[in-house]
Amino acid sequence: MPVISYREALNQAMREEMERDPDVFIMGEEVGHYNGAYKVTQGLLNHFSERRVIDAPIAEMGFAGIGVGAAMVGLRPIIEFMTFNFSLVAIDQIVNNAAKIFQMSGGQFNVPIVFRGPGGPAVQVGSQHSQSLESFYANVPGLKVVMPSTAYDAKGLLKTAIRDDNPVVFIEGETLYNSTWEVPTTEYLIPFGKADVKRVGQHVTLIAWSKMVWTCLDAAKELAKDGIEAEVVDVRSLRPLDHDTICSSVAKTGRCVIVEVGWPVAGYGAEVAYQVQRACLDQLDAPIERVTSDDVPMPYAKNLEDEVQPQIKDVIAAVKRALYLA
Amino acid sequence: MTTPESARVEPVDESVTTTTVEELRPLYRQMLAIRRLEEASAKAYSQGKIGGFLHLIIGQEAVCVGAIAALAADDYVVATYREHGHAYAKGVAARPIMAELYGKKTGLVKGLGGSMHLFDKSKGFLGGYGIVGGHVPIAAGAALAAKYRGDGKVAMCFFGEGASTIGGFAEGIALAALWKLPAVFICENNQYSMGTPLYRSLAVEDVSLRALAHGMARDRFDGDDVVKVKRRIAEAVQRARDTSEPTLVEVVTYRFRGHSMSDPGLYRTKDEVEEWKRRDPLTRSRQRLIDLGATEADVVALEDDVKAEIEDAVHFAETSPAADAYLPYVIKE
Repeated sequence: MPVISYREALNQAMREEMERDPDVFIMGEEVGHYNGAYKVTQGLLNHFSERRVIDAPIAEMGFAGIGVGAAMVGLRPIIEFMTFNFSLVAIDQIVNNAAKIFQMSGGQFNVPIVFRGPGGPAVQVGSQHSQSLESFYANVPGLKVVMPSTAYDAKGLLKTAIRDDNPVVFIEGETLYNSTWEVPTTEYLIPFGKADVKRVGQHVTLIAWSKMVWTCLDAAKELAKDGIEAEVVDVRSLRPLDHDTICSSVAKTGRCVIVEVGWPVAGYGAEVAYQVQRACLDQLDAPIERVTSDDVPMPYAKNLEDEVQPQIKDVIAAVKRALYLA
Repeated sequence: MTTPESARVEPVDESVTTTTVEELRPLYRQMLAIRRLEEASAKAYSQGKIGGFLHLIIGQEAVCVGAIAALAADDYVVATYREHGHAYAKGVAARPIMAELYGKKTGLVKGLGGSMHLFDKSKGFLGGYGIVGGHVPIAAGAALAAKYRGDGKVAMCFFGEGASTIGGFAEGIALAALWKLPAVFICENNQYSMGTPLYRSLAVEDVSLRALAHGMARDRFDGDDVVKVKRRIAEAVQRARDTSEPTLVEVVTYRFRGHSMSDPGLYRTKDEVEEWKRRDPLTRSRQRLIDLGATEADVVALEDDVKAEIEDAVHFAETSPAADAYLPYVIKE
């Protein structure tokens, strides 16, 4: 099976879906002639045309809304935000229009649109370019929120997102574009609401998404040296959330640590913690632990930036608390 | 008071407003039905039968009726929260509109949208939106889809002059101009952004001038005469259909009531309101019908018919079952 990058996997997903359905088009800043700010749309303009790969000027609210309008009358836009930080100037279109129109119209108009682009902290790009906005979007009924951690998941989930009849917020890991994984050459789709157990273990359940899955896998390797086998559950889609896989893992291990790169207050991990205690209270042998970034805008200096975000040592410390070893 | 005629963009031959009883009668009927619908909803609101916000279009009827009359049946319309009239002009019946205001199961959107969120897919009515200016890009998107498919449809977007200061408007028209989208953007300038008059909200009171920065066609005129509105908007619709170029059209009008039912309109003088009521587009069209040869009996018969239609809509809303389901219209996860 070929090993490809996360970036290439996303590119393949869009290319295949655009071949399959002439109503799919991509719009965003620098997606065409520049081949994508992060090169995710590399080659698409050449392969298709300016009709279907549309370079937009800097007007996120405008082109996100144009996507919503086009989707209402049957097209299937993929709106690329150069980074999800810029989605904040388009959030009215995502929250007030895309998410609400199906219900607000009594079920007459659905909005099959994908808002995609990189999110989460990258490396030393400062506070306005380093934030995890999934908790904002996961709060909104009418949206689906997806955050793949691997190239395999990225391709299968993006194809599902493009075929979904509802608005999907698809947040890619900004630091994951060069990460690689085995990806089959035959077509596959990954359904939303299906978490993936990325590592099997019996002592503690680590729940994460996007780049924190990798941090958890690294932490699990370290923990294994001490004889602690951590199970790593990658939720993959935050909305819908796969309660069954999470709860069956926690029921098995009796310990739960939720790791997210977002801020602590009202972060999505708090919702996961609520769901876990609600469903698995009798199986829990310790309070649920959360590991998050610190409650601050991201500093620039590399040492401080690292300190703010969850590190392997933070995950290990949380696991040891959950096991009453600390 | 604004004098829109002096700011006309290009001279237009007034003979274009020449009309016939056959053309004017249905326009007058639509305007009257909208006014009676609004009056009936105001009454129901004061009785507590309609909740939330209720924004009436009384005084401005000639704009939506004239403009939408210039469209084909399958063209798109996107409107604001003051959109009962636009929905009616696009072909939605009074019954489901009134039932929606009442929050009933038989409402246009099953009691899920209310006054500000009427939608009718079968009529190409893409909705009423409550966030000022946020719907302008949606209209551009529908126009983009028309161009993408080459299906010849046109998207018409209505907004108030209050929307001209917000980003959604600026970005929506900028992209429509850049990509030459078949859209007609209609600013219904009723001269008050809620309670704020033009001079306190716009450095330049002529909204149509915004088109210049984008190399976009523009037009500006008053909205007293429904036939004039239809003719002038038809030029923009034709431009969109023939050459896929958008137009920004500003129609100066006046709402006789407050911004919403909770607004007594104390920021305007009685004289000013009375002055505009003397220009009432309904009175003008009614007189025009008579001048063109319609008999008083004809017109009264039409008016009786409208009265019955709206009474029936109110009865329908009153006697319809309550809204009962919202879960089927929340996306399945």
